Amino acid sequence: MNSSLERSRKIRTAGVYAFFIIGSVIMVFPFVWMFLTSFKTVEESMIIPPTILPQAWQGKNYSDATASLPFLSLYKNTALMIFWRVVCAVVFSSMAGYAFAKLNFKGKNILFSLVLIQMMLPSQIFITPQYQMLAKLGLTNTVFALVFPGLVSAFGTFFLRQAYLGIPDEIAEAAYLDGCNQWQTFVKVMAPLTKSSMAALAVFTAVFAYGDLMWPLIVNTDINMMTLSSGLATLRGQFSTNFPVMMAGSLLAMVPMVVLYLFFQKQFIEGVAMTGGK
Amino acid sequence: MASVQLKNVCKKYPNGYEAVKDFNLDIEDKEFIIFVGPSGCGKSTTLRMIAGLEDISSGELIIDGKVVNDVEPKDRDIAMVFQSYALYPHMTVYDNMAFSLKLKKRPKDEIDRAVREAARILDLEPLLDRKPRALSGGQRQRVAMGRAIVRNPKVFLMDEPLSNLDAKLRGQMRVEISKLHQRLGATIIYVTHDQTEAMTLGTRIVVMKDGVVQQIDTPQNLYDHPCNKFVAGFIGSPQMNMITADALEENGNVVLKFAGQSIVLNAERAKALKDGGYVGQKVILGIRPEDVHSDEESLNKFPGTVFEAEVRVYEMLGASALIYFNIGETGWVASVDASTKARTGDTVRLAMDTKKIHIFDYNTEKTIVD
Repeated sequence: MNSSLERSRKIRTAGVYAFFIIGSVIMVFPFVWMFLTSFKTVEESMIIPPTILPQAWQGKNYSDATASLPFLSLYKNTALMIFWRVVCAVVFSSMAGYAFAKLNFKGKNILFSLVLIQMMLPSQIFITPQYQMLAKLGLTNTVFALVFPGLVSAFGTFFLRQAYLGIPDEIAEAAYLDGCNQWQTFVKVMAPLTKSSMAALAVFTAVFAYGDLMWPLIVNTDINMMTLSSGLATLRGQFSTNFPVMMAGSLLAMVPMVVLYLFFQKQFIEGVAMTGGK
Repeated sequence: MASVQLKNVCKKYPNGYEAVKDFNLDIEDKEFIIFVGPSGCGKSTTLRMIAGLEDISSGELIIDGKVVNDVEPKDRDIAMVFQSYALYPHMTVYDNMAFSLKLKKRPKDEIDRAVREAARILDLEPLLDRKPRALSGGQRQRVAMGRAIVRNPKVFLMDEPLSNLDAKLRGQMRVEISKLHQRLGATIIYVTHDQTEAMTLGTRIVVMKDGVVQQIDTPQNLYDHPCNKFVAGFIGSPQMNMITADALEENGNVVLKFAGQSIVLNAERAKALKDGGYVGQKVILGIRPEDVHSDEESLNKFPGTVFEAEVRVYEMLGASALIYFNIGETGWVASVDASTKARTGDTVRLAMDTKKIHIFDYNTEKTIVD
């Protein structure tokens, strides 16, 4: 009886493990393929049937990639864009979320409806007016242009409002009685209580900003003001693409994100779990 | 410490709902006042108006002779203990207690002294470095008290501070609060729906219903002389037995007839009914469970109030026993001596203490005699 129970438990465990191992292989495969391709020649990267390991390891692809793109500028622009988008999203969304959750003011519901409507509309429809604004201000090809659409975040406002709603009013009232004014209540008591939600929003914003291609491609056409994603896109030729060089460039572009992930693994996972982002 | 006065205080919400109506109360220095009443009676709203968390629609709130209707909560010199404790989860016990003094920019050593003194009083010293989530319910409750004590306020406001604790801890903390009141000599306003807390802690109790003060009196007076049927039913556990009865005059006696039973009233109660013109009218008879007896001595002592009933449920409490029975359609309970032989299904003879019978006006529900 016991041994059969143990056997069926082992079989079930083995099945679960097999399922996750297959899943992991499927998830990891594109990265392994990208890594291997980055060392192949152009011809080898396109032959059928494909080779798995490069016949001769071409380190040259990496020097070609760094020669064709100003990687230092791309890293710097991407880092600045991510930094400011995260700071703006977290700070402004936190303030707006707190106001919508805990303060009473005229027109609150209408304003919040507007936030929700913005969330429901596809972001592409804002691209033209936003570009026109920047172009008229002469601010294209700047870091500000990259940050601009991320100055405020409807999703962040909604997300942090929910976090503030989860904090009992009594805590704010206790702070009020203890002598806090509205700003002190927000900064010293309420905001610190949404730290994990703020971290989640920061991760979500950073990942989204890192992967954002369309806006940086439109707004900054100077290669020295591009981000990693838009810079890499320039490696795509009209008639042919040097895939090994592109893969090498992509791998180099991944490095900062991987390093970030290694440092903030816990927050990344929490962020994905809380925001449903990826 | 301070005196607090509420003069014709009302709370009306924009939707027209009146939560508190014409509340008048003079609280003297060092008094322990209890607001008690069922849910939605306005007791917490009144407390929140005193705290400054709710605006006063009309009337005056006076603390230490100064009208404070428009004074900010932080400047009213009050401290509040919330039902949920409302501790700051991201701060240690020490920081929770020191927070208000830090905001006032008091010197560090003064803050430290105040926090450690409060921690010593409440036996919180070993917990000062812990976060609230690492504390038990009772410890959190003590931190909430500590946070209030540190401020050394004129008035302590407590909004059902013990209702999140289990029965045993609640009993312990009740004693602690009582000791604290004596030690600090503080003016305390305490909201509860638990009448045991109200009776044991309060120097005076304010009984409220539907936003209206029903009676303000000492615990003993509320128990012995409730001003109306609501207060009589609300104060005391198990609650007072009541039934509608006809007041009649028979052979020179005033009797109350109800559900096939008849009891003879004593001279004092008979006179009150006669003088009030209640003879021939419906009245409400009330008697506390502990004033209904089953022992032979009482049956002989109060022969005019003896009646028979069938025991529906018998509950042994150790020191006494509860006997549940029906009078007509109305459920009654008697708290009798534990040695009673009566058990479920038995027919018992019971007698009411004639001096303890309460009689209420059938229409106004006000006390006629008690």
